[in-house]
Amino acid sequence: MMAFTIAGRELRSLFISPLAWSILAVVQLILGYMFLTQLDLFMALQSRLLGVEGAPGVTEIVVVPLLGNAAVVLLLVVPMLTMRLVSEERRAQTLSLLFSAPLSMSEIVLGKFLGVMGFLLITVFMIILMPLSLLAGGSLDLGMLLAGVLGLVLLLASFAALGLFMSTLTVQPTIAAVSSFGVLLLLWIIDWAGGNASVGQAGELFAYLSLLRHFESLLRGVFDSADVVYYLLFVTLFLVMSIRRLDADRLQH
Amino acid sequence: MTSENILIQVDQLSRRFGPLLALDEISFEVRKGEVMGFLGPNGAGKSTTMQILSGNLAPSAGRVMICGVDLLDQPKQAKAQLGYLPDQPPLYLELTVDEYLRYCARLNRIPAAQRQGALDVAKQRCGLTEVGRRLIGNLSKGYRQRIGIAQAIIHSPAVVILDEPTVGLDPIQIREIRHLISELRDEHGVILSTHILPEVQAICDRVQIINKGRLVLSDTIAGLQQRMRGESLWLSLHQPPEPAALEKIVGEGQVESLGDGRFRIHADQLERQAERIVIEAVKNNWGLHEIRPERMNLEQIFVDITSSELGANDERAVS
Repeated sequence: MMAFTIAGRELRSLFISPLAWSILAVVQLILGYMFLTQLDLFMALQSRLLGVEGAPGVTEIVVVPLLGNAAVVLLLVVPMLTMRLVSEERRAQTLSLLFSAPLSMSEIVLGKFLGVMGFLLITVFMIILMPLSLLAGGSLDLGMLLAGVLGLVLLLASFAALGLFMSTLTVQPTIAAVSSFGVLLLLWIIDWAGGNASVGQAGELFAYLSLLRHFESLLRGVFDSADVVYYLLFVTLFLVMSIRRLDADRLQH
Repeated sequence: MTSENILIQVDQLSRRFGPLLALDEISFEVRKGEVMGFLGPNGAGKSTTMQILSGNLAPSAGRVMICGVDLLDQPKQAKAQLGYLPDQPPLYLELTVDEYLRYCARLNRIPAAQRQGALDVAKQRCGLTEVGRRLIGNLSKGYRQRIGIAQAIIHSPAVVILDEPTVGLDPIQIREIRHLISELRDEHGVILSTHILPEVQAICDRVQIINKGRLVLSDTIAGLQQRMRGESLWLSLHQPPEPAALEKIVGEGQVESLGDGRFRIHADQLERQAERIVIEAVKNNWGLHEIRPERMNLEQIFVDITSSELGANDERAVS
């Protein structure tokens, strides 16, 4: 499939530049620090928790906050990864290579998306190596970990799809980065209005739209297909809009 | 000629950019074994045409058939028969030449088994064998242009579209690229856009001149040479006589005095006139040092056509 060819090139170009390496390093460093502080906290609490019935275990205290923090850190990182996807090619006028090759727009967009997802999956893999290292000295709630990782991957897919769309809108990578960061942050905090009684009905809608809300339930280990469908719809919507946007490139300038 | 040989058929192609009509019902075709030169001043619609033919731009109206396949209805099949070099070669500077060309081979769906072969052939034809492992970003403009061409021919498409392939190259590179293009003629149909006139004369079989979005001339190079046939004689003398003396020789023709002993002579039967002038010049010791038939060059034809078209348009605008 041609999308994988494009994805492979994207991934390759990322790792040729120092960008991919520095992102991996910085993310790992920050999350490693957070992981260790959380682990310290757990060690301090451990003796007190022992006596309590149904007390939170190491997964709740260490792993869940780690994944939650990872989501916030990557919220900052993903726009920087996605900003160049289309806008840079448009600026360097390399898009015509893809447009004049026997490819459909969906293959091009899907290829770009899969390329970024490939990188993000590597990042997620690096992150979960940390909690998995705890298996050496204890046990984890693997179901909960899995639900959390699934949530993180779906969340990152949404970030990437939105970032890709923003990148198709402009020639300037920085504009794409700033606007995708802005929209993502807005969608992240949009449920703040949910708690406000004066907003009423709309508040519920806002809460439902929030990227964070659906992630939180997966983090708690609750696998609700509605959350998964929300993310899948989100990704599909922005991929389709990217395809439409690129098609429009040919129709008018 | 059978229709099987027609590689590109363009029918009534128009393209608007908002209120601007960039292309106005252009029709032409390109056959196998032909290099077609696409000429025009800046902003005439050359690149727009190329972009439409390569599928980078959708036409507002009209039809493009590539090897009998409609580019708009079945873009994938049509584009498989197409190699395109835009005016800016679409290169990824962070890749090496080999990596880049291998990626292009994949994009053009060359089966894995034939990929290395196609890569070697394309590199060899474009003189890139030596630089395969170097980063594109570190190569000179001439090399980049060649990589762009290699990219366009790697999948042996029936049609190769080159948008100003020799811009920014040094004379030796230009000669190499021209040589390469005339080689391509054997197996492919080539469309070439340029505003360098000698280039057209050197490598093209047919010429289309486009101005303000309209085709104003479509002719073979041979036909064009006919148009360039001389109509006057150029004459330089060290000791020029009175123009009247020359007029007497020329008879019914006209003598135009250009000063400094230079004359232009308009007359029928130029060969006979030339002979008579030489005889008289020697006899009267005029110091003849130059006599030649004047030919219109492509440049003049080009300027004539594009500027007269301009005038016609203006008149239309007034009325």
